[in-house]
Amino acid sequence: MSTIVTTVLTISGITGLLALLLSVANKTIANYGEKKILINGSKELVVEGGDTLLSALIDQKVFIPSACGGKGSCGYCKVTVTQGGGEILATELGYVTPKEREEGVRLSCQCKVREDMQIQIPEELFSVKQYDYHVAFIKDLTPTIKHLRLELPEKEEIDFKAGQYVQILAPKYKGSDEEVYRAYSIASSPMDTKAVELYIGYVKEGKATTYVHNFLKEKMKLTVVGPYGDFFYQDSDREMVMVAIGTGMAPIMSILKYMRSNNIQRKVTFYFGARTAEDLFEMETLEQLQKDMPNFKLVTCLSKPTEKCNWSGEVGRVTDMLQKYLTDASGAEAYLCGSPVMVDSVIPILKDKGMPEEQIYYDKFE
Amino acid sequence: MIEINPLVIFFASIFTNNMIMSNFLGMCSFIAVSSEIKTSLSLGQAVTFVLATTSVLNYLVYYLILVPLGLEYMRFIVFIIVIAAFVQLVEMIIERYFETLYYSLGIFLPLITVNCAILGVSLFMIIREYDLIQSFMFGLGSGIGWTLAIVAMAGIRKKITGAKIPKGLEGAGITLIITGIMALAFLGFSGIVQIQ
Repeated sequence: MSTIVTTVLTISGITGLLALLLSVANKTIANYGEKKILINGSKELVVEGGDTLLSALIDQKVFIPSACGGKGSCGYCKVTVTQGGGEILATELGYVTPKEREEGVRLSCQCKVREDMQIQIPEELFSVKQYDYHVAFIKDLTPTIKHLRLELPEKEEIDFKAGQYVQILAPKYKGSDEEVYRAYSIASSPMDTKAVELYIGYVKEGKATTYVHNFLKEKMKLTVVGPYGDFFYQDSDREMVMVAIGTGMAPIMSILKYMRSNNIQRKVTFYFGARTAEDLFEMETLEQLQKDMPNFKLVTCLSKPTEKCNWSGEVGRVTDMLQKYLTDASGAEAYLCGSPVMVDSVIPILKDKGMPEEQIYYDKFE
Repeated sequence: MIEINPLVIFFASIFTNNMIMSNFLGMCSFIAVSSEIKTSLSLGQAVTFVLATTSVLNYLVYYLILVPLGLEYMRFIVFIIVIAAFVQLVEMIIERYFETLYYSLGIFLPLITVNCAILGVSLFMIIREYDLIQSFMFGLGSGIGWTLAIVAMAGIRKKITGAKIPKGLEGAGITLIITGIMALAFLGFSGIVQIQ
């Protein structure tokens, strides 16, 4: 009996002593006190030192995009550190190019706040906010694409530009043992500040898409962070050429709805591609937009129509449609959205037709 | 106590009784971090430091606390706790006071908290009944031997970056095979000295 008691006491004693030592060290050695972070030379935050820059900023409600949640494996959370922060770490080198390194770009999830710092972040990140939205509806648009409407809590609003995206947080579920953030473009109008609508296509073994397609139900809560992105409607008088395939329609839809609400009369042609008639969606909404906007023209094409599609419209890829209908593009600007392959094959065609590269805006869905 | 010159133990643990090559301990970080010479050298330094210090610490804990109380059989758990707490403490100190050291070595410390080579050294020194000086030399030598092995591996991996390796063997697979061949070379040293 006494051996058991001595054993327990001794081991607890050793463990307790070490725990005491570590907690004292944590209070003294690892306590850096309050540090100041100056953002873009104007906004000053006071944070608890010792944490990573990413979590210090999130604590202050500045949401830097991060898909991996601070594990240093996605490379999204880059910020430019102009003062403080120490040297770049070995864990960052794989994500920061030599040119970025010269400018002081760091992964904010690896860089720790151990002194006063000065950093530069894109101005629009200040408007990024995180909320628990509730799912107003989930509809099937096609067998593989769902239409979600997520509504904000009372008294909150989202301020975004038509074309931007948000990240949704897919929680852990049976079959996925980690939380993941995934980006989806907003399909609703920026005038609708109480909600965002998303088109979410099913990706085989995709963690977030599986969650949305199989587990998410109406009235449930979903954490959304945003808005993000530099793909959005640009003010000008140029003619607009829009190209999208599949769920790439989302940001285009948002831009079109924005233009309708603001009575913008620019000439717009939207080339939308799908495989079969089954993959077409939101056609009535687009029809309505055509009626409401006299200068808006829709070109829908199917790349692989089957017998039962009963399709009398255009057949081919969006690239074929551009070759067929687009003549002089030198005075126009383009908005491309969809798979990287589509975007990469459309850009040369537009340049061929005389469109300057800086007037081509695109968002690649990876 | 066993009558061996501590220097013999020191050199033996580098070459003839190399932790990786003859005991296959500490393989996880050996395989994961051996893709670049510079980082593997930093990790090697961290391992050497932790091995040398924890062997002394664990020696003291074992002979001053566990043996008098008759608790030798609790050494596994006690050694693990001591190593983990020590590494954590060192990391905090380095991060705060030795900035340059932190960038070269500090970030690797959490990686080796649970490195089996480190627990292995503490257990071997008890089993082999080393005294304090011998234990320290054994820890230091094992660390240098581990560094030698990982840097050599990083050098070889750098050499084979352009080589055509079958797809299924890329990365960890080819590393394990190379480790095996390297171990054969180290096996040639075995038997030259006796350290247990």
